[in-house]
Amino acid sequence: MTDLARIRNFSIVAHIDHGKSTLADRLIQLTGTVAERDMKAQMLDSMDIERERGITIKANTVRIEYPAKDGQTYILNLIDTPGHVDFAYEVSRSMRAVEGSLLVVDASQGVEAQTLANVYQAIDANHEIVPVLNKIDLPAAEPARVKEQIEDVIGIDASQALEISAKTGLGIPEVLEAIVTRLPAPKGDRDAPLKAMLVDSWYDSYLGVVVMIRIIDGVVRKGDMIKMMQTGARYGIDKLAVLKPQMVDIKELGPGEIGIFTASIKQVRDTRVGDTITHEKRPCAKALPGFKPSIPVVFCGLFPVDANDFDDLRDAIEKLQLNDASFTAEMETSAALGFGFRCGFLGLLHLEVIRDRLEREYDIDLITTAPSVVYHIHMKDGTMRELHNPADMPDLTYVERIEEPRIKATILVPDEYLGAVLKLCEDRRGIQMDLTYAGQRAMVVYDLPLNEVVFDFYDRLKSVTKGYASFDYQMQGYREDKLVKMSILVNDEPVDALSMMVHRDRADARGRAMCEKLKELIPRHMFKIPIQAAIGGKVIARETLSALRKDVTAKCYGGDATRKKKLLEKQKAGKKKMRQFGKVEIPQEAFINALKMDS
Amino acid sequence: MDERPGFGLYVHWPFCQSKCPYCDFNSHVSASVDHVAWREALASEIRRSAAETGSRVIDTIFFGGGTPSLMPPETVGAVIEAARSSWTASNDMEITLEANPTSVEAGRFQAYADAGVNRVSVGVQSLVEDDLRALGRLHSVEEARAAVATAQQIFPRVSFDLIYARQNQTLESWRNELAQALSMSSGHLSLYQLTIEPSTAFGDRFSKGSLRGLPDEDLGADMFDLTQDMTEAAGLPAYETSNHASLGHEARHNLIYWRSGEWVGVGPGAHGRLSLPEGRTATETHLAPLKWLAAVRDEGSGESLRIQLSPEDVREEAVLMGLRLGEGVSLDGLKNVKAINELTELGLIEVASDRVRLTRKGKPLLNAILRQLLT
Repeated sequence: MTDLARIRNFSIVAHIDHGKSTLADRLIQLTGTVAERDMKAQMLDSMDIERERGITIKANTVRIEYPAKDGQTYILNLIDTPGHVDFAYEVSRSMRAVEGSLLVVDASQGVEAQTLANVYQAIDANHEIVPVLNKIDLPAAEPARVKEQIEDVIGIDASQALEISAKTGLGIPEVLEAIVTRLPAPKGDRDAPLKAMLVDSWYDSYLGVVVMIRIIDGVVRKGDMIKMMQTGARYGIDKLAVLKPQMVDIKELGPGEIGIFTASIKQVRDTRVGDTITHEKRPCAKALPGFKPSIPVVFCGLFPVDANDFDDLRDAIEKLQLNDASFTAEMETSAALGFGFRCGFLGLLHLEVIRDRLEREYDIDLITTAPSVVYHIHMKDGTMRELHNPADMPDLTYVERIEEPRIKATILVPDEYLGAVLKLCEDRRGIQMDLTYAGQRAMVVYDLPLNEVVFDFYDRLKSVTKGYASFDYQMQGYREDKLVKMSILVNDEPVDALSMMVHRDRADARGRAMCEKLKELIPRHMFKIPIQAAIGGKVIARETLSALRKDVTAKCYGGDATRKKKLLEKQKAGKKKMRQFGKVEIPQEAFINALKMDS
Repeated sequence: MDERPGFGLYVHWPFCQSKCPYCDFNSHVSASVDHVAWREALASEIRRSAAETGSRVIDTIFFGGGTPSLMPPETVGAVIEAARSSWTASNDMEITLEANPTSVEAGRFQAYADAGVNRVSVGVQSLVEDDLRALGRLHSVEEARAAVATAQQIFPRVSFDLIYARQNQTLESWRNELAQALSMSSGHLSLYQLTIEPSTAFGDRFSKGSLRGLPDEDLGADMFDLTQDMTEAAGLPAYETSNHASLGHEARHNLIYWRSGEWVGVGPGAHGRLSLPEGRTATETHLAPLKWLAAVRDEGSGESLRIQLSPEDVREEAVLMGLRLGEGVSLDGLKNVKAINELTELGLIEVASDRVRLTRKGKPLLNAILRQLLT
């Protein structure tokens, strides 16, 4: 157990690519926390997807021992948090577990929307914030301008900002010193009853559920009987450890400390993030306020390409849910796609991450249907239904009105791309709420329907601003609008997996775009195929995929028989990746690509 | 046509003077060839194959390549002699040799005829000078015309090949070229649409996007249709996807492949199909010429692979090969009744006297039809 005065708990706030993970790696390296030979890039990101995409999805932690200039050795607990908005809930709860933040800003890029969203969470959590300008070694670095921007946009003092290069190691010792001298020590009472915050939990295939805690008051030891105050569940602590970042067993954890325990907990669902953990025998008087549970906002259907893989898909989803309680799944049947699951996600990145993991870690080919938000269908009888799947849209004669979720989007963009961004937002039915300038950059705030954003808004934004805009959003509540269900018919057969909710005024354009896109995505068949978009019985757009005219191998002699046979086997395998709709075969990637709009 | 599938011998000569940019056959440019060693190896392979097929009557021999018209006529003669002494020869054995139309090679035609060759297939490829260059051919249009004429004087049966749907070719220029070809032809023509194969010079350029001016699918289809119309009008209808002949001039050796007959393959990379007591068997030989040569010399066999085909494989292969023919395939081999009905309804195939044939409309869609029937 460590004296409170020699503990510092902190997180790092940064936009993607501004160097958060590299800085964390340097801190770990310089303090000798991990032996040089065991170092690897993005030390704290353990999932393949995190390393590949250069993002952090799950919060992670590392305990660093640092001998400071004052001659004392300090325990520094770094909680590494995700940057992306989809994982904002992870950020907010991690922030509650520490007292300070390093705000890392790329000295050439400046403040981005994601930085803003996360730094406001740090401010909300009453953090002491140390601004750090990274990539100071780059020729394009403009520390003076970026400091000014930090003061103007975020409103915190940047005069003492550290100037570092996580890549070269420049300024890292100063960062460690600043953590000790500028961030506050945690407070807590060692003799009070145990009060600990459940920061996170995850499933480990060897240990079962692992729970990360921050001790507020009291002391916890291995073997203690504890109680979760919200769920009322009781457990005996089997293993108590700190992460360096590998697990190192420890006898006890006292106030201000961060560590993990295991206690024969079966699934992550049995733990509630934000719950208060106390001793069964001597409970604390009052629980911590807790967190709002995260709720899925984007839904889509996931179906196995090969219907025989359904059981494997169910097993894989159950396994992923052990570790990610924010992702929901209910069995679904589609006329065209057979058995699958309707899944709920925190956002599109979350959707992509889960889909990638299912395909990669569990080797299942998936068809992903159009993502949909949750609509509120107010019925004439006064009841309200949540609509997660356009295919379940009730008969319109019973519907009074439809409401859709809206978001408050904050976009930071260099001046020259502002026009393109405004046009994009207007095209997506946005309502401008604010437009301010900070130096050469504009900050625009829009009220946007979530369904206009879920699919490809971020891709479009990146493309119209050549990657210079940054974007973040918060949910904003529901509003009524003129929403209709648009169906897609291929060769006169409705394809339920392609139906979607759209705004009436945009339905014609959307329908045309969908039909044109499908015309490119469906391979030509031996007959012509009409592709139509319809609202109710009314066709609003139509394209015709003309018939295949020539597909014939010119030469085929004795030596080619074997080759032709192999090609046939390949085609048989390829056919499994197609779905049959009446006489038409649609490739699996068409379902998701049909929704990507070019404008 | 006589519909007995027959038994043939395929001889692969893997050497060329230069490699054509569209060709993905097993061909090699070699500075020197040990002709004695090759002659002995080919004869040895024939004797080895005869040991398991000796009771058969041999109907055809086909010298393919590579460029078999680079073979010394003595080698051709030795191979024919080895075949005649290994199997019982049919009365009218067809012996075909593929030839390039350079003047040097045409100069050897008489010697090939003396050795027993009675049919040549001349690789004319184009009657447009610039296009011959683009296809990497070493002969001129004039040489090609002369070679065909010479061959027609020497051999009882002569065919030649053209490649169409070439870069920047128009429908009109193909009409003109094909009309000239028909006036030169004597009973048999092979007309191939240019196919871009991976791991060829064209394939590399195609994947880099630097192979320009290839016809699109519509123009390719128009050219295919025009080819059918013109050859039919000239009395040389297609009896196979790319092969056209007047009645009785079909290549009997190639019919063995398409009718799932039996053939022995000798030479590097040659495939064979034999109906043996243990079942229908596919054979392959070593692909690399020197490896094949060494294997024949040192191990007494150039064979690198021998697989017994399952009844399902045999059935599918018979359809893959047989639907290329105007005569079609037996309905027995086709199990997918739903596909047959759909394709019939679309007017792409027709079923008559227990045989399935492609219609005129179905011919350019053969691959798509096979996918539907067999996958």
